[in-house]
Amino acid sequence: MIEYFHSVRLISERCKGCVSCIKRCPTEAIRIRGGKAKITESRCIDCGECIRYCPNRAKTAVTDSLADIKRYPHNVALPAPSLYSQFEAQVTVDAILCGLLSLGFDEVFDVAVGAEVVTTAIRELLQHKQVKRPLISSACPAVVRLIQVKFPELIDHLVPFEAPVEIAARMVREEYARRTGRPQDELGVWFITPCPAKLTAIRQPLGDLPSNISGAISIADIFGELRRVILQKPAAVAKCRRASWAGMGWAVAGGETEAAGVLNTLVVHEIHSISNVLEQVAMGKLKDIDYVEALACAGGCIGGPLMVENRFVAEHRMRNRLAVGKRLQPQPELPLAPEDLVQRGTLEPRPIMRLDEDISKALYKVEQMERTLERLPGLDCGSCGSPTCKALAEDIVQGQASEMDCIFKLRERVHELAKEMMGLAEKLPPSLDKKEKKGAIRDGKSKRVAGTSGRRGGSDDSGGGA
Amino acid sequence: MEQPALAMEFHLTAGDFNGAGDASGKIKRTLQQVGVKAEVIRRIAISAYEAEMNVIIHSLGGDIRAKVYPDRTEIEVKDSGPGIADVDQAMQEGYSTAPDHIREMGFGAGMGLPNMSRCADRFSIESKVGEGTTLRIIINH
Ligand code: SF4
Ligand code: SF4
Repeated sequence: MIEYFHSVRLISERCKGCVSCIKRCPTEAIRIRGGKAKITESRCIDCGECIRYCPNRAKTAVTDSLADIKRYPHNVALPAPSLYSQFEAQVTVDAILCGLLSLGFDEVFDVAVGAEVVTTAIRELLQHKQVKRPLISSACPAVVRLIQVKFPELIDHLVPFEAPVEIAARMVREEYARRTGRPQDELGVWFITPCPAKLTAIRQPLGDLPSNISGAISIADIFGELRRVILQKPAAVAKCRRASWAGMGWAVAGGETEAAGVLNTLVVHEIHSISNVLEQVAMGKLKDIDYVEALACAGGCIGGPLMVENRFVAEHRMRNRLAVGKRLQPQPELPLAPEDLVQRGTLEPRPIMRLDEDISKALYKVEQMERTLERLPGLDCGSCGSPTCKALAEDIVQGQASEMDCIFKLRERVHELAKEMMGLAEKLPPSLDKKEKKGAIRDGKSKRVAGTSGRRGGSDDSGGGA
Repeated sequence: MEQPALAMEFHLTAGDFNGAGDASGKIKRTLQQVGVKAEVIRRIAISAYEAEMNVIIHSLGGDIRAKVYPDRTEIEVKDSGPGIADVDQAMQEGYSTAPDHIREMGFGAGMGLPNMSRCADRFSIESKVGEGTTLRIIINH
């Protein structure tokens, strides 16, 4: 088994074993076992849904901290475009970028510049008739992982380019090498991230190429400090590479395709809706659509799990910034995309559905699962610790749960046992049984034990007169 | 005869667009659990879906049966009328007898049968006007 790195983790002490997260997880990666949530690593796509929905704040994202940048002599911050949505309109992009410098970074490079590069690459790719339609955006790593685990047949529909942040990181590294000639290991490149999925994609790249990013720092973690330094010296202006509205627009759902000027597109956000749409793509139903822009978070990255602002407020602010940008520069010049800059490694499928490596055993298990499922109540209550009755049936055939984990099955069983005990309790040993016997053997009055169910457990009783 | 390791059967009601895709979806998920290759599943799912839609759109109702063997999946779709008058014509791309209200819903583009035969390793169709149509699709794993 491959070990997966995950940014999304559980703080065990906080977990109360409620079923909020197991119900929301799009890949059914979570079970409650021993009163605590457990994430099955191979299934988790780090979408962060469980972080959002945990009422006890027991799910977190492990990210790097500002202190980590001390490991490198020279550090560059790569702010996600969605960062700008966290500030009011009067806080300029320059002020935000400079704020990052005050936090200890030596340079800042706008990730949206990477988005501009991918934008032109996508625009060109769509000129080719033979490209699989619909092409699916690969900008959101949670969506790419979802495709790897649940829709592996759609891997070749994915945009074959790296995500903007990786491209930005490559640009930064190339520039650094050109400018200083110093070794790359002296350079720390830090993504300021709206989500855990991006961090996971750095530590464990989606494809087979290593990442050029040193680490990722959560927007939520640095927001307070950043805000403080920005408000302290609002006038400072630095020379930072800034992108146009086209690159910045990638932060909101629909922004990517708007920048690329692709008309025949389907914009879908929120991970569960994405599953539904991908289902249709897999069925060959959406061939007449050119592009599917898919973002795991509702609203796009501005709704990321590591954001601070309410997503609607953030969206409002972002759209205002974009509107201003468009007014000033309706058609921005976008940088071209050299082949080697945008290339991404090959993506391997990571199917999670199969029940067994051996096809015959898997067939047997499917059958067992169906039978088990028929016996379960079908309420999908989650009390057993599995998200649905179907998932419990799967856990049972995989030997990871038992039918008695279902409280209804347990009740049934207790009921049977109680009846059995009643039957036993009514029986008296022959020495105490003072009633006159008609025959040598006990009569048929003693009750039948073990209720009506066909699956009576425990030892039978001899008293069944029949 | 060889026993299939797994058999699924679904009834399809004519005109029931609410339930459209349920049977093929279920077949698809089951094959994923069995661990059949993604590309193969895709072909099976698309054929099953097209067949399912055909029954819902054109027929008076029918049944879809999927038999899964370790090395292949067989899909059999039987409906009860009205049957196809000219099978060769129906097999041509873009040919459709779907009425306007179905086409307005975006179905009945005349791609169903050609799509199915393209996805299948073996494909057969038998039809009698007034009686019904039987499709057999075999896809090797
Ligand atoms: S991050 Fe997403 S996929 Fe992973 S356990 Fe949480 S909800 Fe499930
Ligand atoms: S939509 Fe954006 S913030 Fe949300 S998971 Fe995807 S990349 Fe991360």
